[in-house]
Amino acid sequence: MSDRDREWAALMRQARGGDRAAYDRLLREIAQAMRPLVRRGLVRHGGNASDTEDVVQDILIAVHLKQHTWDENRPFAPWLSALARYKTIDALRRRGRRAEVPIEDFNDTLAAPPAEDPLAARDVTRSLEKLPERQRAVVRTIAVEGASIAQTAERLRMSEGAVRAALHRGLASLGRNGERTR
Amino acid sequence: MKTDDLIRTLSAEPPARGMTVAARLALALVPGLAVAALLFAVILGPRDDVATAFGHVRFVLKPIEALALAALAALVLVRLAQPGAGASLLALLAVPAALLLAVAVELVLVPRAQWATLWVGDNWARCLSLIPLLALAPLAAALLALRHGAPTRPALAGAVAGVLAGGLGAALYAIHCTDDSPLFVATWYTLAIAVTAGLGTFLGARLLRW
Repeated sequence: MSDRDREWAALMRQARGGDRAAYDRLLREIAQAMRPLVRRGLVRHGGNASDTEDVVQDILIAVHLKQHTWDENRPFAPWLSALARYKTIDALRRRGRRAEVPIEDFNDTLAAPPAEDPLAARDVTRSLEKLPERQRAVVRTIAVEGASIAQTAERLRMSEGAVRAALHRGLASLGRNGERTR
Repeated sequence: MKTDDLIRTLSAEPPARGMTVAARLALALVPGLAVAALLFAVILGPRDDVATAFGHVRFVLKPIEALALAALAALVLVRLAQPGAGASLLALLAVPAALLLAVAVELVLVPRAQWATLWVGDNWARCLSLIPLLALAPLAAALLALRHGAPTRPALAGAVAGVLAGGLGAALYAIHCTDDSPLFVATWYTLAIAVTAGLGTFLGARLLRW
């Protein structure tokens, strides 16, 4: 087990105990470590390097939603690698499917001005707009304004439990976004 | 949303420990098995001579083999649902291997003239349809539990869930079925479980992506 693996495992244990700072640090380190790996994976398998950030975000959401599938008695890195690999392949598969569009349609798309910013970060913004109003308000308040759960509850006049539930549901559908919309 | 914003959102509420996949699977199988057992009681029931049948090795081997297969499949499944846990399918071969051994013994013990009769049995069509039927509720339960997990090979996880459910369905059906020869079991029970595994593969590829 490497030092980094031990460190990440420790951070995840702290996060599970409710330590927000540890969790924040863990996610930042994961994003940083995954970015070059994802980019390389995408490019090597005929994907688009500009999708990197999108896949990194998919990985972060999956880490969050599936963290209970990491067993504390096992090393962390193999779990993370397998998860990241799955999400990268998933992104390639979705792109591959899109590439099956008939060539005529493709020409139309090329001729028309780009309807959207090709930068992947925009994809997640788009999906945010598809969330039900309440979930969107909660996610936006926390993400953009940096509010805590308690502050969000107060601002939106919801109970903290309702904020947590809306946040979880919102993140779950952000995670499923790629499966449904692309 | 920028990645920084996403991280801020995620860390606003660090995840609770949550239930492990194994616990989730065990919990889901309780009602799944209950439905299968109820179905068994209503439409089939144990065979008439069930009390004396438990004294015969050939009969007793059927539910034991089926339950052993289900248990091994459950162990493999829990690993398949955890990324990077390194699941190996080899364990699943233990039961077919034992079954082949039983077939070999049967071929030695039973005169050749009876082989065909024992092999085809009386109930092969019922076996092929009723085991998958009894397996439906456990299969649904296992797939539901797997959705809570993170199988990186969804179709394979679905197949193993099918083997698990098929094993449970076969264990129940074995109490009803009057064909006890390993020649019958190795053929028709195996085929019936293959059917549930196929159904599991089909459903897994569709329902278990995350």
